[in-house]
Formats: sequence, C-alpha cells, structure tokens
Amino acid sequence: MNIVVLMKQTVDTEAKIVLNSDGKIDTNGVTLVINPLDEYAIEEALRIKERLGGEVTIVTLGGDQATAAVRSALAMGADKAVQINDPALGEVDEGMAATILAKAVQTLPHDIVLAGVMDTDNGSAQVAVRMAEKMELPSISSVTKLDIDESLATAKRVIDGGLATLEVTLPAVITVVQGINEVRYPSVAGIMKAKKKPLTVLKLSDLGLDASNLAVQAKVLKFTLPIPRQGGKKLPGEPAEAASLLARLLREEAKVL
Amino acid sequence: MPKGIWIFVEQAAGKIRKISFELLSQGRKIADQTGEPLVAVIIGEKVANLAKEAAEYGADKVYLLDSPQLAQYTTGAYTSVLTKLLRNEEPQAFLMGHTALAKDLAPRLAQRLGVGLASDIIDIEVNQEKFLLFKRPVFTGSAFSFVEILTKPLLATVRAKSFVASEPDPTRQAEVIEVAAEIDPGDLKVILKDVALIVTSRPALTEADIVISGGRGMKAKENFTILEDLADVVGAAVGASRAAVDSGWIDNQFQVGQTGSIVAPTLYIACGISGAIQHIAGMGASKVIIAINKDPDAPIFNVADYGIVGDLFEVVPLLTEEFKKLVNE
Repeated sequence: MNIVVLMKQTVDTEAKIVLNSDGKIDTNGVTLVINPLDEYAIEEALRIKERLGGEVTIVTLGGDQATAAVRSALAMGADKAVQINDPALGEVDEGMAATILAKAVQTLPHDIVLAGVMDTDNGSAQVAVRMAEKMELPSISSVTKLDIDESLATAKRVIDGGLATLEVTLPAVITVVQGINEVRYPSVAGIMKAKKKPLTVLKLSDLGLDASNLAVQAKVLKFTLPIPRQGGKKLPGEPAEAASLLARLLREEAKVL
Repeated sequence: MPKGIWIFVEQAAGKIRKISFELLSQGRKIADQTGEPLVAVIIGEKVANLAKEAAEYGADKVYLLDSPQLAQYTTGAYTSVLTKLLRNEEPQAFLMGHTALAKDLAPRLAQRLGVGLASDIIDIEVNQEKFLLFKRPVFTGSAFSFVEILTKPLLATVRAKSFVASEPDPTRQAEVIEVAAEIDPGDLKVILKDVALIVTSRPALTEADIVISGGRGMKAKENFTILEDLADVVGAAVGASRAAVDSGWIDNQFQVGQTGSIVAPTLYIACGISGAIQHIAGMGASKVIIAINKDPDAPIFNVADYGIVGDLFEVVPLLTEEFKKLVNE
C-alpha cells in the first residue's frame, strides 16, 4: 500500500499570536509543530502500513523551517518525504496549495492520500479536497474510522448529528478528525533514524510549475487581533446563594434566560 | 442584470437547518444593499414544501433540485448538480453554512468551478469597491483575517450563529424554479452505505442557544447526567472539554474546542473546566460565559462573565432548581 500524507507545519496552538509592523502574523520566536490534525493522518498511515505493508510518504509545502516538522513525521515512522520549498512563492491560497500538492503527489505512487481535515493556522479545511478534485480522485472528509480491505476503503465520516458510512475504491483522498486514533510519540531510535531517511526538496520548476502562473483567488487583505475577553465577577456566598444570585443576574442583568 | 446573492438552504430530514435561516436573513440585508435578488437553492428529495419557508425568510427566487438521487448528501452528486446550476446562472455570491456537509462540499465545488472560497467566515462587509469582504477567524480564533475573493461567484461558508435569523414574513412569496438533477456518473465513485443519526431531544452543539459543558472536574462518565438535567430544563446542548473526551466520559463529537466544535451560544456554562487555550478557542465567542470551578485560579474565570467558585456537584443541581423556577415564572 503506497500511502501519502499531506502535512503542514503550523504554529503551536498554545502560542500567543501577535502582528508585526506590516500587520502580518509574526511567527518569530513562535513554536512550530506538525499541524495537530495532520498528526492523526500520519498515525493512521503508519497503522495502515503496519497492517498491510507498504510505504508512507510525507508531502509538505513550506519554507526552510518546515523541515523540522518533516523530520518529526519521519521520526514517528514515515519512510520518506517530499518538501516543496520555493522562495518564489509569496501568498499561497488554498487553490494554489492544492495545485502544487497535486503535482507533487502525482509524481508518487499513491493508493491512498491522507490529511488532517484542516490546519489549525488557516482553519479552512479546503486543500486536501481541492487536491482530490484537481487529481480527479474521490474523497471522504472528516473520517473518524477507516478500514481498508484490498482496494476498498470503508470510512465513517462525522456528519451533523451522527455518522455516515461510505465506501470507495482506491485510490482516494481521506481527511481525518481527532479521535480516529491515538498519536504515538517518536522514539529516540525513531528520531535517530529520521535523520537518515530520504527527504526530497523540490522547487516549483521541478514540478513543471511557475510561480507567475499561480494566482491567488482568495486574497488576505489584513489581519486583526480579537479584543481579549475580560473576566467578570465571581459570585459570593454559599453555593445556594450563589446559584440563586446567578439565575437572577442571567435574567435581569445579562437577559439571556 | 444582477445575478443575485445565492444561499444554499441546507435541510436535514426535510427540515431547514437553523444556519440557513440565519443566512437567508443576512442575505436579504445584503441583497437590499447591493440591489440584487436573493436566491435560495434547496437540494433533496420531496423538499418542494421548503420553498415557501425560504420565501418567508427573504428569498425572491428558489431553485429546487428534488430527486431520489439527492435524498442523502453525497459529495459527488451535490457537486455535480450545483456546478451545472452555478455555471448556468452565474450568481454574484453563493453562501453556505459551515456545516459538516458544506465543509466537504464547498472546497470540491470551488475547485471544480475554479474559484476562491472563504471558509468558516463570521462576518461579511458590504463594500462598494470589493463588493463583499469576508472576516474569518484564523489561528483557532487568536486572529482574524479579512479575505477578498477575486473570482465569481464569491464562495463562502459561514459559521453558525454569526448572523441572527429574522422573523419570517408569511406574506412573502418566491418564484420557484425546478431544476432537473443531472448527475455525472463519474461523480458517483463514493458509495453511501449507511447514515446513523444519534437520536436526541437536545439541539446540536453549534446551533444551541445554551451550551452546558463538563471538563475534568466531572470525574466520571455517569456524572454527566447532572449536566443533562440542567440542559433539559432550558433546552440546552451538552458539550465537553478535551480532557473529558480523552478520559472516555463522553463521545468525541461533543468536544468543544479548537479540534472539536466551535460554538458561540448566547449562554455557555463551563462546569469543572479549567479553561485551556484549546477550549477557550472553541467557546470564547459565546455571548455570556459562566464558569463553575473549585479552583479560584482556574483560567476559565478570566473569560467568564460570572463565576462560581465551588463544587460543581453541589452547584449544578442547585442551578437546575433555580433555572426551573425561572422557566416556570
């Protein structure tokens, strides 16, 4: 089974987000990690490989700093990685990312392509499904359980109010949600081995692409930061008094009950 | 000739979802501002009766795609019929709720149409020059980005509760246009085998006006019944923090947080939840937040409008009694 995982390096979700003087997100000094939802995709890929054999390839689009995330994925147990790193790329929207990743995945044998349902930076949940469309592959989103029997994948997808069971003949693209598995930590041996695993770094030209032909369709005009929420009052008294006071405040002051 | 602001009216089991009423109501306002018709698209089987309701919430025109093949959502079939309709009619904008359905459908549709998509938006600015500008949370709510879509139709998915549904006007009428559902066979590669819905009398987390969540302080699975009792008095949904989900006390789908559901109810009651960033990201946009926690230094109190420092096992049942009194008044 040739398993490809789309991975993105993201800002640690515990990090404090600030804007730089250009009004962009300042990532200086911020901890960068594997997108937490992609970790579930990597874990699922490793489990499929452990059951059925095969190879797990990580594909990522990102600058020099993203190499650290690639090495972490290799340390978890992925076999090799492809990183598209081209300084000619400026702002990349979801459509562009999908175009670039599709080209990269097409160069690899792929029975199944896994990815997190979204990344915690941008949160748009678009790229993997767009890439599937670009590659004319079927896709199943938000999968919480995945079974593979030869070339047939059966997936339980989270829908509003329940679960849908879907079947697809591979190759296909599957996006996963938290809960599909428990992600392993890389072992020390894994970290050592990861340093020697093959990482291919590609430029857009290696994929037959040219930055000037890739156009942004969803343009970010500016960023703002939310006004931090202020803590309110702690209600005094014994539990019974506090509960009674709270109910009254909710009706009379907050007017929400 | 203006082509209109289009709204995807999502239905489940023959009922229009709340988010669609919110979108029709806001869409009506935008359409009035830009001088365009408001158009609803309804997809499903035996859904013709929903057109009237879409009209009451503001639609001037309703496109109806009614077919047994569209009875249940599948990515391929819905993409197939919507691509044809949008290509033929060329609307200015097509807005959908950011639901499980649209999270899957919208990127597929956007890519097939070759257009940009603003996902999970929470506000729309109507702008002379840019037409519509979309505000969306990024970095799990730690920042907002303002996105301009440079292609037409402008595609966006809208987070539930971003807009308020207006009162329906029973006198409003809409022109109803039935569209034949032509599905490309190539779009039927994924086969839907089964849909299992959890039977519950409670509202969906993302749609509920009141959400009551439990965290590590709940201590055990069976203790969630005290939250359920409180929830049922006021018609609330029950949620949980990641700690409670990871402990196996409650199913994943009830998790509120950056990797679970993002909720913005009128009232959010956090019981035994410390208030990790992960959780705040999922409920920080609630109108009023209440925290009940034994630890007076729990970070949840920094975002709560009202806090009770105390044992939730004592406080929550008392609150249930107080809420009962209020409801009966």
